[in-house]
Amino acid sequence: MVSKTTLEAIERYKEKSLPYILEIEGIRKEFPGVVALDDVQFRLRPGSVHALMGENGAGKSTLMKIIAGIYTPDRGTIRLRGEEVVLASPLDALEQGIAMIHQELALMDWMTVAENIWIRREPKNALGLIDHRKMTEMTRELFAQLRLKIDPTAQISTLTVAQRQMVEIAKAVSHRSQVLIMDEPTSAITETEVDHLFEIIRDLKARGVAIVYITHKMNELFEIADEFSVFRDGKYVGTHASIDVTRDDIIRMMVGREITDMFPKEEAAIGEVILSVENLSLPGTFHGITFDLRRGEILGLAGLVGSGRSNVAEALFGVTPATEGKIRIAGRDVPIASPADAMREGMALLTEDRKATGCFLPLTILENMQIAALHEGHVKLGCVDERGMTNLCLGMKDKLRIKTPNLDERIENLSGGNQQKVLIARWLLTKPQILILDEPTRGIDVGAKAEIHRLISGLAQQGVAVIMISSELPEVLGMSDRIMVMHEGHMTGILDRAEATQVKIMELAAR
Amino acid sequence: MDNVQIEPVKRQRRGLPQELNILLVLVAVALVFEILGWIFQGQSFLMNTRRLTIMILQVSVVGIIAIGVTQVIITGGIDLSSGSVVAMTAMITMSVAQSGDYARAMYPALTDLPVVVPLAVGLGLGLIAGMINGALIALTGIPPFIATLGMMVTARGIAKWYTKGQPISFPTDSFAVIGSGAWPVFIFLAVALIFHIALRYTRYGKFTYAIGANPQAARVSGINVQRHLIKVYAIAGLLAGLAGIVTAARAETAQAGMGMMYELDAIAAAVIGGTSLSGGRGRIFGTVIGTLILGLMMSGFTFLRVDAFYQEIVKGVIIVAAVVADTFRQNARSKKA
Repeated sequence: MVSKTTLEAIERYKEKSLPYILEIEGIRKEFPGVVALDDVQFRLRPGSVHALMGENGAGKSTLMKIIAGIYTPDRGTIRLRGEEVVLASPLDALEQGIAMIHQELALMDWMTVAENIWIRREPKNALGLIDHRKMTEMTRELFAQLRLKIDPTAQISTLTVAQRQMVEIAKAVSHRSQVLIMDEPTSAITETEVDHLFEIIRDLKARGVAIVYITHKMNELFEIADEFSVFRDGKYVGTHASIDVTRDDIIRMMVGREITDMFPKEEAAIGEVILSVENLSLPGTFHGITFDLRRGEILGLAGLVGSGRSNVAEALFGVTPATEGKIRIAGRDVPIASPADAMREGMALLTEDRKATGCFLPLTILENMQIAALHEGHVKLGCVDERGMTNLCLGMKDKLRIKTPNLDERIENLSGGNQQKVLIARWLLTKPQILILDEPTRGIDVGAKAEIHRLISGLAQQGVAVIMISSELPEVLGMSDRIMVMHEGHMTGILDRAEATQVKIMELAAR
Repeated sequence: MDNVQIEPVKRQRRGLPQELNILLVLVAVALVFEILGWIFQGQSFLMNTRRLTIMILQVSVVGIIAIGVTQVIITGGIDLSSGSVVAMTAMITMSVAQSGDYARAMYPALTDLPVVVPLAVGLGLGLIAGMINGALIALTGIPPFIATLGMMVTARGIAKWYTKGQPISFPTDSFAVIGSGAWPVFIFLAVALIFHIALRYTRYGKFTYAIGANPQAARVSGINVQRHLIKVYAIAGLLAGLAGIVTAARAETAQAGMGMMYELDAIAAAVIGGTSLSGGRGRIFGTVIGTLILGLMMSGFTFLRVDAFYQEIVKGVIIVAAVVADTFRQNARSKKA
């Protein structure tokens, strides 16, 4: 809940009728060796959605964390409701009316929806104990306002990602927050859920809530944002109304150079069948998956989140092996029971969740990059050939343009896009014949995205067979030779590049 | 952290600063005792080779265990069984290392077993105990705390049951040599060197850190996590077995009460040496220094004639302080990141 002094500040603010609720001026934030923000400004209007745009590392997450009270700026002023404030901690920011919806949702899994929303503010009964009935009632009222259909007594662990997000938003509303920060809220939810989210956002706008919105998806910007600010290399580039500009304008502002082709798919010679999957099933998850994959081919795998796309990838790679069906590689039946088996057959899998199944966060870039390649050779006299390995990894660093002073930096200090490149390098070092990429460009800025696309195209030209899972239809359409579509664990069709359109894919994916 | 405007950073030696910190703590502890020595005892603490030799000899056994335990902690686990495994291996090893001098009065044909037999028995027992720990943890998925707690109680029980509580003495001369002179120290340092190399320069080491840092990612990277965990716990058991051999040989006797609380001293040495209980981080060098810090404190307190009770109290405080320091370091880092 906002504090009493904040309520008074809100009253004063209402009388003043200022154009901006939040004004940030001349902010500088330095980290050891890096200037994350330099003389940055930002102005937020009440009742509007303001998108922060920029490549990874442009400084928008640093700015967002400053607004949320997670970081304290080294220099500069923050004016909230026309008065200069200090945001000492996330709690302090919350009490002053600023709430943040985290990308990694911060709810307590084993507690109920109501308990999560009213934590620290639980209604008490006469004995001073928590009044659960009243808490449930308060939650119902709150949800009715927001037109949410979620059971207040449900345990968070039973909810979908989208529902959890709604709970977080409801929590922010319950705090009577005037500024709401949303960090890529659509990155893990389905189209219909996105529509619902946007409805709620419009609703919040109508109540005068100002929303700071971070996204990498350009079409969302045009659909939901009123204005947007662009950042580049820690500097403020400009603020514009989103109706005034085109997609290309924004990209130009973000990268400071023209990107002529976002999906530089180049024709690759398509060779013989290398992977042949027959009737692959894992009861309850996916059924009867059958397809062939050829050398040099990029097979797109489309479908809504939860359609079983990632499960098929994990089955092929032996993470969660399928129980029925055949996997044939270069004409041989191969039993794949573990990732090690799959790697011996020349497969590689870039997993969807960088943090959970990709990065070794406490370890260095070098250690992260070399780990998969160590299975095959690179060992002399029982010891890892450090020099040879370091050289290979330095080569990868240059080739993939990983932004880091050296390989001994910890991977947790890199931006998301650079982490992703390290993980791609990890698999390229194993020289895979079949490369499975699960959301290779999720949460990555435009520039790095195009680089990764170019890389995938290049690999296909060298004869690598690629399976690429993606939620972004333009990416799937732009990159794939063929597109396999899944819906609720079943294959609903395979489209050729020539015939595939967004509409056709969505028809197969949504049924 | 947002990665912009990177100034070219001088290539720094990996991990050195942290280890330097630990070394500084060691020096500081030594100096404190030196000063207190002149004040309260009127003599130097450090300028006494005999005292230092005894100190290093005393901690060698814990040091050997700590090297195994460090590896376990790096995988994100814990091993509480090592002290009891020391007792169990000491007892059983001693029973096959006994000299037949007295029995020969009755049975003149009786010969002593060659020294390799007790060695093999001791190492084998430790290895088996460790493998059971590892298999329980890796295959059933029970927490390492519980699996090794079970082994801790069981192994101590076996040590007592084996002779119904009686001590075993009179080893052959060739067995007693293992514990004589500076041998325990050499064994400790040799083991430290071997595993320093193993952890930093071999696939075994890289996989150990990877599993501790993120077991799911390790599995997806093709590491057979279960098999590797069994290996790591087996090595920890093997080193506990070695420690049991050294203890028995040094005392020339074995008792079921040997190695009491060694597991905690070993964990303390690892943690003081900078090994993170959350896994993925730690170095053998740090553990060696951590062991020496523990030894220095024990020796220093004895030198100052401080009661043993106080020693334990202070040791407890230091262990907690080391973990708190590690947690602060990590928090500072994640705030920066």
